[in-house]
Amino acid sequence: MNATVYTRKDFQTDQEVRWCPGCGDYAILAAVQSVFPELGIPKEKFVVVSGIGCSSRFPYYMNTYGFHSIHGRAPAVATGIKLANPELEVWVATGDGDGLSIGGNHTIHMLRRNVGLKVLLFNNRIYGLTKGQYSPTSEVGKKAKSTPYGSVDRPFHPLSVALGAEAGFVARGVDVMQPHLKGVLRRAAAHRGSAFLEILQNCNIFNDGAWEAIVEKEVRDDRLIALEHGQPLVFGKNRDKGIRLNGLALEVVSLGNGVTEADLLVHDEKNPNPAYAFLLSRMETEPGFPTPIGVLRAVDDAPRYEDLVANQIAQVQAKKGAGDLAGLLHEGDVWEVK
Amino acid sequence: MATTIEAPYRRKETLESAVIRFAGDSGDGMQITGSQFTNTSALFGNDLATFPDFPAEIRAPAGTLPGVSGFQVHFGASDVHTPGDAVDALIAMNPAALKVNLGDLKPNGLLIVNTDNFKEQDLKKAKLEKSPLEDHSLDAYRLFPVELTRLTRAALKDLGLDAKSMDRCKNFFALGMCYWLYNRSMEPTYRWLDDKFKGKPVLAEANKLAMKAGYAYCEATEQFQTSYEIPPAKLSPGTYRNISGNTALAIGFIAAAQRSGLRLFQGSYPITPASDVLHELSAYKQFGVTTFQAEDEIAAVCAAIGAAYAGQLAITTTSGPGMALKMEAIGLAVMTELPLVICDIQRGGPSTGLPTKTEQADLFQALFGRNSEAPLPVLAASTPGDCFWIAFEAARLAVKHMVPVIVLTDGYLANGAEPWRVPTVDELPKIDVSFRTDPADFLPYERDPKTLARPWAIPGTPGLEHRIGGIEKQERTGNVNYEPANHERMVKTRAEKVARIADEIPDVVPAGDPDGDVLLVGWGSTYGSITAALRALRARGRRVGHVHLRHLNPLPKNLGEVLRRYRRVVVPEMNLGQLLMVLRAKYLVDAIGLNKVQGKPFRQDEIEQKVEEVLG
Repeated sequence: MNATVYTRKDFQTDQEVRWCPGCGDYAILAAVQSVFPELGIPKEKFVVVSGIGCSSRFPYYMNTYGFHSIHGRAPAVATGIKLANPELEVWVATGDGDGLSIGGNHTIHMLRRNVGLKVLLFNNRIYGLTKGQYSPTSEVGKKAKSTPYGSVDRPFHPLSVALGAEAGFVARGVDVMQPHLKGVLRRAAAHRGSAFLEILQNCNIFNDGAWEAIVEKEVRDDRLIALEHGQPLVFGKNRDKGIRLNGLALEVVSLGNGVTEADLLVHDEKNPNPAYAFLLSRMETEPGFPTPIGVLRAVDDAPRYEDLVANQIAQVQAKKGAGDLAGLLHEGDVWEVK
Repeated sequence: MATTIEAPYRRKETLESAVIRFAGDSGDGMQITGSQFTNTSALFGNDLATFPDFPAEIRAPAGTLPGVSGFQVHFGASDVHTPGDAVDALIAMNPAALKVNLGDLKPNGLLIVNTDNFKEQDLKKAKLEKSPLEDHSLDAYRLFPVELTRLTRAALKDLGLDAKSMDRCKNFFALGMCYWLYNRSMEPTYRWLDDKFKGKPVLAEANKLAMKAGYAYCEATEQFQTSYEIPPAKLSPGTYRNISGNTALAIGFIAAAQRSGLRLFQGSYPITPASDVLHELSAYKQFGVTTFQAEDEIAAVCAAIGAAYAGQLAITTTSGPGMALKMEAIGLAVMTELPLVICDIQRGGPSTGLPTKTEQADLFQALFGRNSEAPLPVLAASTPGDCFWIAFEAARLAVKHMVPVIVLTDGYLANGAEPWRVPTVDELPKIDVSFRTDPADFLPYERDPKTLARPWAIPGTPGLEHRIGGIEKQERTGNVNYEPANHERMVKTRAEKVARIADEIPDVVPAGDPDGDVLLVGWGSTYGSITAALRALRARGRRVGHVHLRHLNPLPKNLGEVLRRYRRVVVPEMNLGQLLMVLRAKYLVDAIGLNKVQGKPFRQDEIEQKVEEVLG
């Protein structure tokens, strides 16, 4: 193998990073820059596309091809790039406002089509770049610049949205959990179809502690559940709690008193029925349930959009032969004037 | 002497040109009937122009006034520039069609009416108190009442079709009548029917029978004493086809892709009257065309921008409301200096406006619709066939100058048709494209000293990894930069880049008088009406010239000088004076507007009258 061997440095640019000191985005950038060199993909094949927002500055700091587009439209720009050249590795960096509010339409349609893009949705539950308005993932009652009396909007749950939009790969990482984050980034990179990765991220200026109730070291074992394919859904500092299926709902059970791991749900990221992953994505909405991190769903059997488009062109060309310009110009009834 | 085979009272009259209009309910197949007559006349060798006019509703309630659909064709033995101000022959399939269209029929004009649709109920739907067939209101015309429905059914009685299917053929009975009246062959329509109903030969047969019955009816009945001949036009030598603006636009882009060696990418979202361009291109996959029907107008243009970034010839096609949605993204293409062609097939507005009617009121939107200083080249097609050349030119400018280009056509050009001289492949200039590949000293915003174009450096090229985006760029490096002086320089550079395109725009040469009393300045689909008016005015000894602008930004370099050669400048536009304002602002010329916003093209006489009025 004579491919260039890259290091993290190869993916760093000479541009000064301009996120606020302490922003969770630094950790995400570091994780991506350390995973990209591992992938064995020539650097010139990477394109990082973004919309608008703090997260969308991401391409400027990645020494790859990059396109900082307009608010919400990164999935559409990225779709065009991928259709034009399916060989490229196209990553989308977006945020909760960019990807779920102004660009929500593009996000769902990109997933529906199964374009082979990797989407990193940085979720800090706030509009940071515009200095602190509530976002579509902000909790009800959120007091922010535009909601001095508290937000009355019901929030989106990004993983539920992605699953509803037919996503084949749905996962979640956390900015402050580097090894785990790198793991899910690797998994996203390996997925051929649309890969949707929500990254819980802190905004220490406008929404400090956005996720501290679940990701702080002292509480995370009880408030998060790290999903692993083939393993029972166990969580808790003492690994004494689990998730059991009861009818069409999940329930939290304590292990012991006759309840064993054998009674628990065994995580199956390849479950063909998206209802299973959807149940997992709803746990965070219920009091007492842990928030899942890791890969909820990884079903990669659907053809990629860009391949279908290219195949259709190839099939027509095989059937009709490559287009002939003179023939095209003279198509239909023609007549001569002498 | 009663043995002659040809009835002795029959005579053939030769005409220079004729205008006929088929009018009926939107379910009556008037557009197909008109297109067939047009195609046959084109193949016969007439010059022609068409005006399809149909309602926005797919099927307004049958028989009502809003449901009337019409197709007008003007065909002649010499140059035909407009669909015709007034109609020589009107075919009215029901009372509503008669009521809506009668005003355009010339006195003593030929009027064929389907009397089977004049029952009390039909009259009521058309809001008519009594039948115009009985109240002498049609006395000024040569009225031919025909039981079109009954006669069609009679002709098809042996095919075993139900009444509804038989009635759907009555437009072909009317077409057959017109073929007899104008001495046209039915062969081209036979061929079309065989192709159209490949899987349902009985329907091809039914329509053929109906058409033959209509032809035979004219032959047999004594109603028609005269038939007409319009000899072929003396067009310049070459191969011709009949072409609509949207078809011409579509194949113009394929031609540009072929001549540049680029793959064509179209991002689009369905919208009237632009959807046909998407339909056309999606059928040409053998040319390697990628058509992306996006989730909305914004995604359509953004995907095209992505494809342009990745090295394809990218276009997006829409109409006015879609343009409005795309504008932020077009600004992004201005900022990232990527080649992109944006086609606005204009329609009546604002907002939803008149979706199926024509207008040219998006010039300001094209020129000024983006936030901040975001100039870009704007081109406009003058005739249906010119849409081909404008598409080609827009693509050429976009890739040569690394700039988004807006193409303006309109509903009238899009759906209208004319005979078009087919160019040979060699007549189409090669479009030179070179992607940057050399990493040595590569800077994404280093410019060509002549055109100021930046390099096209596409993802996948080793060593050219770089970032672009909507934030202001530092000169040469393309890095994010907020310095005041840099911003001003970049704003001016982007403007200068577009302005320099004027260096390769040909000077305008006025048609008609090279100087004189009045210069008519037009753009877009008014070309035909202005040309016809100019001819009539000059025949009357008026000293009038005509400049038709295909480049609306930048404007041809000699335009200011040409404007000053005439005493007055008149600008006919289907808007309230948009080019007028540009000309007045840019050249300080006291130009006069002739403005019409009725969803219909100018009539020739409207332009003539305005010039006469200005001449005093």
